[in-house]
Amino acid sequence: MSAMLLNKEKWPEFVEKLAGKNILAPQADGDAMRFAAVAEGDVPALDYNNTRVPPKGALFPQTETMLKFQAGGEQVEEPQLDRETVVLGLRPCDARAMTIVEKLFKWDIDDPYYVRRRDLSTLVGLVCNEPGMNCFCPSVGGGPASTEGLDLLMTDLGEKYLFEAVTDKGEALLSETRDLMEEADGNVAKEKEKLVSEAEQKIKRTVDTEGVAEGLPGLWDDPLWQKVSASCLGCGTCTYLCPTCHCFDIQDETEGFDARRLRTWDSCMFDEYSLHTSGHNPRPTRKERTRNRISHKYSYYVDKFDVIACVGCGRCTNLCPVNIDIIETIRQVKEAL
Amino acid sequence: MKTNENPYIPYPATVKETWYETGGERCIKTFKIVFDDEKVREEWSHLPGQCAMIGVLGVGESMISISCSPTEGDFLRFSVMRMGKVTQALHQLETGDKMMVRGPYGNNFPVDEWQGKKILTIGGGIGQAPLRPIVEYVRANQDKYDGLTMIYGARTSNDLCFKGEFEEMNKCDDLSCHLTIDVEEEDWSHNVGFVPQMLLDLNPSPENTIAITCGPPIMIRFVLENLKKLGFKDDQIYTTLENRMKCGIGKCGRCNAGNMYVCKDGPVFNYAVLKEIPEAFA
Repeated sequence: MSAMLLNKEKWPEFVEKLAGKNILAPQADGDAMRFAAVAEGDVPALDYNNTRVPPKGALFPQTETMLKFQAGGEQVEEPQLDRETVVLGLRPCDARAMTIVEKLFKWDIDDPYYVRRRDLSTLVGLVCNEPGMNCFCPSVGGGPASTEGLDLLMTDLGEKYLFEAVTDKGEALLSETRDLMEEADGNVAKEKEKLVSEAEQKIKRTVDTEGVAEGLPGLWDDPLWQKVSASCLGCGTCTYLCPTCHCFDIQDETEGFDARRLRTWDSCMFDEYSLHTSGHNPRPTRKERTRNRISHKYSYYVDKFDVIACVGCGRCTNLCPVNIDIIETIRQVKEAL
Repeated sequence: MKTNENPYIPYPATVKETWYETGGERCIKTFKIVFDDEKVREEWSHLPGQCAMIGVLGVGESMISISCSPTEGDFLRFSVMRMGKVTQALHQLETGDKMMVRGPYGNNFPVDEWQGKKILTIGGGIGQAPLRPIVEYVRANQDKYDGLTMIYGARTSNDLCFKGEFEEMNKCDDLSCHLTIDVEEEDWSHNVGFVPQMLLDLNPSPENTIAITCGPPIMIRFVLENLKKLGFKDDQIYTTLENRMKCGIGKCGRCNAGNMYVCKDGPVFNYAVLKEIPEAFA
């Protein structure tokens, strides 16, 4: 796999070379950053910490048309998904989250929308030189320069970007833009190594997950769930902003006779999520819903897919309006074991 | 994407026959349907216990138990209680109308494993819908099973489903059908009392027997208790769960009971497995 250097002066030309593809990159959205389509001629800047909303929408849009039809009809039409997409500058944790979610979307039966979007996408990651204050990716199997889930990894070396191909798809994108770049030599590898180890040292928060997956089911009636969920508002922010949260609702929407079946992100923190039509709810309060959210990520998912469904991005902790901290929650779980 | 590669695409089926099982606000209507496409008809295969997503385009879809056995013929049957938006729209369908169907989903009752055994079904209300395919399956393969006993109850005689079919059963030596309603009614010749009590009164032997129960959660709880009293072991007992579902194929998340997805790991569970999942009886 190739390793190439791009002088930052040539960054606009690099982006220009990708014209025709759907380019998603972090862009300012009010006071936060968010992945959005790059308008023709625009040059996205990659000097950002992480986006508030993860880039999971690139493969799993917040709202996605599944089928189009006439209300009351019997013929359905599928959306055409054929535009190549390049996601520029996503963080390694968010790419790792995509590999985790993909396990579910490919479990026995392929989810055609997710799989198709992944096939059409090239994921270009960006090493975290400056991890955030609630980042804890190394504790859950990741790292600031993890290549898992990526096709191509970029490292910001100051004057230059280092591009390292991870997959054939990444290699193909490099070959399209190769004439703007120069080969990277051995010194560059050392430079990158130094940056990464500095970044790793900047990650101060950790979780100890040992025994958590096996132990969580036994804590079913533990008072910790009451404690952890006591301040929860049930707003769903933790799930919407979680790069591994993949739950969705399916609804039909009609406008006259034109109708579509769509899916939208849903949240296990909402009452309606598991509400039966009879009025019975197996998870009637935020206590049960919190227990399910944590158990799903740290135990059920491990049981099914052999990986913790948390990548340590820290978003749920950063943005919880009542300061519920997943690291603290897992610490309490450990304590109760 | 080719059509048959997308599991979310429902197939049109024609309603061949419909009738009401029960009346009232939450009435239950049965639909007998046949897929329009010959290829879909040929490729479709289900076993007792499985479900399907049925619906109307522009309104939505709901996961409903397939309430017929494959031994009955080249059609599907669904018995639907009128509860919400989708079931309301389904209830408007009449003979000749189109229903959109995808599936079959979930695991099935291990009817092959049960060969040579006595089968005991214990149902309450609409809970008889997933049990009916077992009754029909055993009825069609009587030489392979050591008889079937069916206990079925509802609040009133008007709330019993499939009433017309039970008379036939009692004509067979190996099949017996025991009906019960909660309160006394005029002209009611069967039992009066709750299902779990009737189970105790009948006192079936656990010897070489498989018990399957489905009904309201409170009924299931007492039936399980009474089966234990009668000496049934955990692994002789099966039940079928339901939870809210959207996708039916283990993607949308919501139907889990603990680490089990009801749509994929269930809906049929052996009690030995189920009793380890506290959320299963939540």
